[in-house]
Amino acid sequence: MTETGKPIDRVDGRLKVTGAAKYAAEYNQPQMAYAFPVRSTIANGTIASVDTNAALQSPGVLMVLTHENAPRLKALDPQELSQAGGRLGENLVPLQDGRVHYFGQFIGVVVAETYEQARHAAGLVRVAYAEEKPAIDFETELLKGFRPETAQGQPAQLNTGQAAPLLAAAPVKIERTYTTPTENHHPMELHSTIAIWEGANKLIVHESTQSVMTVRAVVAYFFSLKPENVRVLAPYIGGGFGSKGNPWTNIVLAVMAGQAVNRPVKLVITRHMMQTNVGRRSETKQQVALGAGSDGKLAVMRHHNNSYSNLTQYFERSGSPTEVLYSAPLREITYQVARLNIGASTFVRAPGDAPGSFALESAMDELAYELKIDPVEFRVINHTTTDPLSKLPYSSEHLIECYRTGAEKFGWARRKQQPRQTRDGRYLVGYGTAAATYPASRASASARVRLAADGRVIVQSATLDLGTGTYTIMAQTAADALGVSVERIAVEIGDSDLPPAPVSARSITTASVLPAVLAACEMLRKDLMQLATADAKSKLNGVNPAEIIFSDAKFFARSDRSKSDSYSDILRRNNKTALEACTTAMPASGSGLGAPGASCILAPTDSEENSDAQKYSFHSFGAQFAEVRVDEDLGLIRVKRFTTVHDVGRIMNEKTARSQIIGSVTYALGETLMEETLFDKRFGNPVTRTLADYHVPVNLDVPPIDVHFIGKPDPHISPIGARGLGEIASVGVAAAVANAVFNATGKRIRDLPITPDKLL
Amino acid sequence: MRPFQYTKVNDASAAVQAVSANANSQFLAGGTNLIDLMKEDVACPVELVDITRLNLTQISTVAESGNLSIGALAKNSDTANHPVVRQNYPLLTQAILAGASGQIRNMATNGGNLNQRTRCSYFYDTAMPCNKRELGSGCGALEGINRYHAIFGWSEQCVAVYPSDMAIALAALDAIVQVQRADGTQRTIAFADYHRLPENNPEKDNSLNPGELITAIELPTNNFADRSYYLKVRDRSSYAFALVSVAAALEMDGNQIQQARVAMGGVAHKPWRALEAEEFLTGKTATAANFQAAAEAEMRQAKPLEHNQFKVELGKRIIARALMQAMNDGRA
Amino acid sequence: MRIRLRRRRFGQLLIVGTVMTTVGNWMKRSIAQTSSPASPISSSQSNGVNVALSVNGTFHSLTLEPRVTLLDALREHIGLTGSKKGCDHGQCGACTVLMDGRRVLSCLTLLATCEGSDVTTIEGLAQGDDLHPMQAAFIKHDGFQCGYCTPGQICSAIAVLNEAHNGEVSYVTTDVRQEPRSVQLSDDEIRERMSGNICRCGAYPNIVAAIREVHTGEAEAQSWQFAGETETAMFDALEMRTE
Repeated sequence: MTETGKPIDRVDGRLKVTGAAKYAAEYNQPQMAYAFPVRSTIANGTIASVDTNAALQSPGVLMVLTHENAPRLKALDPQELSQAGGRLGENLVPLQDGRVHYFGQFIGVVVAETYEQARHAAGLVRVAYAEEKPAIDFETELLKGFRPETAQGQPAQLNTGQAAPLLAAAPVKIERTYTTPTENHHPMELHSTIAIWEGANKLIVHESTQSVMTVRAVVAYFFSLKPENVRVLAPYIGGGFGSKGNPWTNIVLAVMAGQAVNRPVKLVITRHMMQTNVGRRSETKQQVALGAGSDGKLAVMRHHNNSYSNLTQYFERSGSPTEVLYSAPLREITYQVARLNIGASTFVRAPGDAPGSFALESAMDELAYELKIDPVEFRVINHTTTDPLSKLPYSSEHLIECYRTGAEKFGWARRKQQPRQTRDGRYLVGYGTAAATYPASRASASARVRLAADGRVIVQSATLDLGTGTYTIMAQTAADALGVSVERIAVEIGDSDLPPAPVSARSITTASVLPAVLAACEMLRKDLMQLATADAKSKLNGVNPAEIIFSDAKFFARSDRSKSDSYSDILRRNNKTALEACTTAMPASGSGLGAPGASCILAPTDSEENSDAQKYSFHSFGAQFAEVRVDEDLGLIRVKRFTTVHDVGRIMNEKTARSQIIGSVTYALGETLMEETLFDKRFGNPVTRTLADYHVPVNLDVPPIDVHFIGKPDPHISPIGARGLGEIASVGVAAAVANAVFNATGKRIRDLPITPDKLL
Repeated sequence: MRPFQYTKVNDASAAVQAVSANANSQFLAGGTNLIDLMKEDVACPVELVDITRLNLTQISTVAESGNLSIGALAKNSDTANHPVVRQNYPLLTQAILAGASGQIRNMATNGGNLNQRTRCSYFYDTAMPCNKRELGSGCGALEGINRYHAIFGWSEQCVAVYPSDMAIALAALDAIVQVQRADGTQRTIAFADYHRLPENNPEKDNSLNPGELITAIELPTNNFADRSYYLKVRDRSSYAFALVSVAAALEMDGNQIQQARVAMGGVAHKPWRALEAEEFLTGKTATAANFQAAAEAEMRQAKPLEHNQFKVELGKRIIARALMQAMNDGRA
Repeated sequence: MRIRLRRRRFGQLLIVGTVMTTVGNWMKRSIAQTSSPASPISSSQSNGVNVALSVNGTFHSLTLEPRVTLLDALREHIGLTGSKKGCDHGQCGACTVLMDGRRVLSCLTLLATCEGSDVTTIEGLAQGDDLHPMQAAFIKHDGFQCGYCTPGQICSAIAVLNEAHNGEVSYVTTDVRQEPRSVQLSDDEIRERMSGNICRCGAYPNIVAAIREVHTGEAEAQSWQFAGETETAMFDALEMRTE
């Protein structure tokens, strides 16, 4: 049996269950000092004066940096930074001026001998402000907002104003408004940095990041260093979900502090700062209008999207699922963005699609009820096999199979179309469904493989494992491509000195990095085979390479397996201690998401693969099914069970893949039922400050989750055929649950999260 | 967290002396709330007097009264699982177990639980106005986000709620708080008088005087053990503070309610005894209609704020449901 | 640019067995393997508090400011970084350790109060190369993803089974009046009792499966289901490996 796909245990599992896996804050250094940020207590204005005397007098304090005395860094030119491979979560360089853009902004940093001393002294910095009225109210500010022209290089506004006549003419239609709240990522690991300057021009940064390459570029940019003199390390990171995708101001602050005191500095932000300083998903207000014929065929879809943003071009593309799903002849998708005095909005697990699918898939359910058609059948009726916008066929699409499989496994046939028909004791029981879709992205990535004469293999790439299983599936891929056992393979990632890889976000890692690993292994295998066939002492001398197969770290002649040669023997006979190959795998689309430039030999791609980008549209698909029990008296919802089916290409490891899906569903259940960041409109502070009031799911909230994969490789995304799967299962969950709540109670909740008060 | 002096004491007299001597001194027991507040710079004691080694952990029956005395320093988890508590005061067991998490209950003490401070976000955020933290700075929640806040007994000065679950059961059970005074003598405080409404002094949560130490909580004997239930509604299924909770206990004489006890959490600055509901139920039969009428009677006096109007309707339903579950061995 | 660099103290970590004299405002920090002198009943903030405790069977004597938590002492001073800081306010459970056999939150425990305590962290569970059964079950059932909450989850899970063995009840226990005796935990009992340990990656169902397996002592298979025909083989050349 091959390794690929097998549900093997995580290769890093032992380190994680023994506490030996080390995260960014766990590399204590000799002479290390501790930094603690000072935060603004207003949301809009300028700093009038700062008094750092008390802080400086406080025991153990080495230095207090504010905009008055902080070193001036290279000015931010986002385009120049981008060309250097850098991006920022928010276009804000800390301590360069006295402007305050949001509550909790870093306006200073205290460095002290101990953590306790730094934290205490940060509270002693006295700041006076010239305060201005903050823009916090979403509804009000939307009116003054703007309509973005582009999103990721594509026109942002689609068919503006064209849906109205078709809607007017549609025999059956609905028009509804759905809202989703501000949500924060809250990975378990706090954003952490240890900055170690080695002289004036060289730096090591231990960082909790989803991209060591981006952090390297950003630090090199602001401190005017050569990128190769900045080494960023993140072998383990405690979750990210988007918050660690782009560097935030805390990293620059830590590096600045280390430079200023000329000692290694550790800066770990607090859980409160996770609410204010490392991004969030914007609140959305979405107006969805759908028009259909009485046969259930959609004639028109309109999705108007409102969100907020600050200090970034990013906005929540909640119209995203409406670009991809269903065969309506016309779709109008528009965006309006408010500017608020809240830190930057950024990508959160399944950006755009998670909140967008709540609106679209709730509306689909509402229209199915209007039409008196089963919601699954309604989706089947409107299924499309081609991308409605580009008109290209999908690279590999099995959505109807997802619906059918899910319905069967879930027992959808038992559902009553009319609400309030099923009871279990005091509970009302309801079934709900929703479709899921997520873009299947791939970017260029590089990998190096080294085979040592003792038979051990090292696979390297500057990619990351956020808990996704990257270590494990890289090892499995290399095991199959080289014909060696997984136990003999060591995977090294999370180091910017390794061959570059793209940010581990947008479900891109599996699709991008594994082809590079595969290509590097194949190159190594060919080089090794050549050594054997050219070697008079080899039993394979002169054998046609096409006739050679490999297994158990040996080559064999296909026709005569007694003719074999082991990898170790080949290397020893050639006086080599090791053989190495490094390749860069470019995606068919040549996507710009990847690490810049090819650091290694370009992996060969056949012309067919390279033209695929122009011939196909790349998306993953899925179907979600929820059963809820509602205690109507008390407004309590219990999701009783959840079935989730996904068409995500080849599955590289059934165990870690299933965990990713369970995790995505759980994440979305939080967004469905409890997660919400609330701001006081007078002050701009998040009233939900910590995990005590920003609720995320606990163990008792999460039901058994039944996961199924279609498992058909995507022949066009890469030679491996695996698309990413870290986000798609977060799409459609909220709608499936809300639709189930309607089926149970007859009450339609169009405002997330569905907390008890909304069901009373 | 400010630097502070750490003092370890071995007996209650030394403890009260140490804390009485220093106005900015505080007792340290389980620390689950105090350490949190100190990290937030909300509590800023200059001295912590560690009372964890004091011999106040016994749970035992008082010979004269038959009351069950639970030591102020007994851990919440030990209290909840004590065989006598489970057998005779299951309402208390349930209420304790409805709060916090297993780890926190292993740390938190009974006395400390009573002295928990509000979880109001404005209280916790030193950048925000809060009369409880800084008298005269205003109440941030009154016109701010007040979904979690009080619907009974609040004042313009403070709309915070008291967060404990355990204390809601203690209120229903008419517990008695045993206190050691600064001069070493003992006094008792009826539970209803222990916590207070905010009025014009929201900085004061309870009626303890400076330096006074809770030594034990006494539970009078009762006939509620067969008919009691603690019900809690929160934003997630566990490890969250209550939106509204109810401790309900009934003493029956056949089908007739001899005595009813109803206390509510999450609705006021103190455990809220639903006296209107109790009075209504006395002598009535235990029917859903009567439970509902009792709940209606209680909630008539509620004064909700902008974001917590749902608590009035929820209050009606949860009182009725808790009473029903008390009647039916916990089943709805 | 105005930078004022001031040095009031230096915070060098003294290695084993060394005692550093305190001078004025300087802080004393030491990790010693030797028995400490009688700990001072009271100490001023500048002098620090001396605490002797056992961590994973190793004796430690530290003198630190009283505001240092057990969690920070473990991570920043003793060098045991397995216990994690997820919130630092008792709201996530990542810092869970076993103290005298019971699960507690090390972020809300002052080191100063740990005199004479016996602390077990995630690093103290395996016996050499042999994992604790709970650790092995977490690997088998993939009870984690990023691994950051995992040490707290595992410490908590071990304590949950002890608590069940001791007959402790929970909020979801139907009859709390039953005689205390070893209880068999339902899945909902496990979920409720583990709800003080947040896993943001969402490994809860797998965590429940791992705990259930250790609790019942019965090995459980995980079922891996594909909707249709699966295609996993990537290389023709690999066919022979199945032979």
